[in-house]
Amino acid sequence: MENQKKSKLHFKAKRNLFYGIGFVFVLMVGVFIYFLIDPALFVSNADDTEEPIYVDKPDSKEEEYNKVTNGIHVRTGLMAADGFMTVVNNCTNCHSAKLIVQNRMNEERWKATIKWMQETQNLWELGDNEHIIVDYLVTNYPPQQKGRRQNLENLEWYALE
Amino acid sequence: MKLMKRRHFVKKSTLVYFSALLGTDIIFGNLLPANYTPLALQDPDPFKLFHKDSQMEILNDKPWNIESKPYLLNDAVTPNKFMFIRNNGIIPSTIDVENWSVHFNGESILNEKTFTLNELKSNFKQYTYQLVLECGGNGRNEFNPPAKGNQWSTGAVSCATWTGIRLKDVLDAVGVKDDAVYIGYHAADTHLSGDPSKEPISRGIPMQKAYQEETLLAFKMNGEDIPLAHGFPLRLVAGGWPASVSGKWINRISIRDKVHDGAKMGGNSYRVPCKPVEPGEKVRDEDMCIIESMPVKSLITYPKTGAIVNLGETLNINGHAWAGELEVKTVEYSIDFGATWLKTQLKKPVNRLAWQQFSAAVKFPEKGYYEVWAKATDLQGRSQPMIVPGWNPKGYLNNACHRIAVKIS
Repeated sequence: MENQKKSKLHFKAKRNLFYGIGFVFVLMVGVFIYFLIDPALFVSNADDTEEPIYVDKPDSKEEEYNKVTNGIHVRTGLMAADGFMTVVNNCTNCHSAKLIVQNRMNEERWKATIKWMQETQNLWELGDNEHIIVDYLVTNYPPQQKGRRQNLENLEWYALE
Repeated sequence: MKLMKRRHFVKKSTLVYFSALLGTDIIFGNLLPANYTPLALQDPDPFKLFHKDSQMEILNDKPWNIESKPYLLNDAVTPNKFMFIRNNGIIPSTIDVENWSVHFNGESILNEKTFTLNELKSNFKQYTYQLVLECGGNGRNEFNPPAKGNQWSTGAVSCATWTGIRLKDVLDAVGVKDDAVYIGYHAADTHLSGDPSKEPISRGIPMQKAYQEETLLAFKMNGEDIPLAHGFPLRLVAGGWPASVSGKWINRISIRDKVHDGAKMGGNSYRVPCKPVEPGEKVRDEDMCIIESMPVKSLITYPKTGAIVNLGETLNINGHAWAGELEVKTVEYSIDFGATWLKTQLKKPVNRLAWQQFSAAVKFPEKGYYEVWAKATDLQGRSQPMIVPGWNPKGYLNNACHRIAVKIS
């Protein structure tokens, strides 16, 4: 009797374990299929709920990432003046900030450039940010008078052998 | 939560950077393990990435635009390490050479056809030419008011050896209708915004240029496979015209019954006012004309600017001169800001559309600061201006004389 009871219990435990493993397996297959169908959704969900894994680059530390040295935003090379983070967030997704830093335009031509990017380069509507961006650009990257030909500058003199 | 989002953004930016370098989206990028850098990017040094000399200047890293310098361009045939890179989009990351093909279509084609790269190489005769490729915006940084775009100085020019088949031979093979006006190229590079429906650049040339003997579908540069940044595995090379017509990573050629209307064929792109305008003037779209042949120009490639020479010593200078579709007739130099000009020795081009070498032995009368200016004149008698030529909205075609500074001590 006792033995019978024991083996019955044993059987129950085995069955439960089997169901358990089966359930976990089905769950894993389900998750795997879900992952195959939409990995991005899978990952972003995970990101929101748990501490995700980050690519540990040296500049990815919070304070390092948007470091400003001598008035220059190190990561982009932009002048760290009023509105520069709006420029970083709206203007460096497609192209490098190096393109901004090189250029010198007045308000009308910066605006025309934004319009051209919106019409042909998939730049989004900037809304209220547009005047912040244009103000920043005109203030920090205005045209300089160069005349018809400038002096040769930044010469590094050397003795020619 | 805010912190998390920012970190998420950090991670995403890093991935975008990787993607930009690789020129592709990194699938499952969010799953990259910590401390892991994709194999192809373990060396993010652009000079090593593109096998460029470290004295080259990076104007832009997204998209990649890298400029050369006059003294680096001293070779008659420009080696890859000194050749400028100009991109409008993202360099393709995966190139399947074995299965690469070029589709020929368009309104004015008789027989629409696809050739594999191997078929193009084996079915048509191969030719080699030295061809000048100069960015239409070379010299943009001198325009006043400043012109928009990458601020090229003097180094967006090269003359490499290109080997390939003649475009005209393929055009003959597929057949061209009488109403053909233009060919337009399409390529494998991708738009900066990541939008797969957009082409970063799709330009072309009129039929007359397409039928020139030197207009190639090239698969070799300087005797080797074309470097990836310069169009591997196949590049359209049309020397003497803005280098943007020499499309890289070509996978389709359309024979059009009108002027090709691909990306960067309209607006201010590679177009200048048909009639001269006041600097800074707004120019209407219909008053802009497509740039064709590049103007006459020269570059002093030796010595490097800033040389100090002893009084009484002779300074040997040399460089290159080119004139778009034309040959250069003379190159002169001046050490007195154009008051007097002296002739240089000028070589004939190795072939049409190659640059020509000039040299001179320069003597200086007394101690002091000098500039050596070079001025080329083409066969039609047109010379380089000493000042920056006519302003245009995007700052193209600056062929003002090049000069170097010299001190006599």
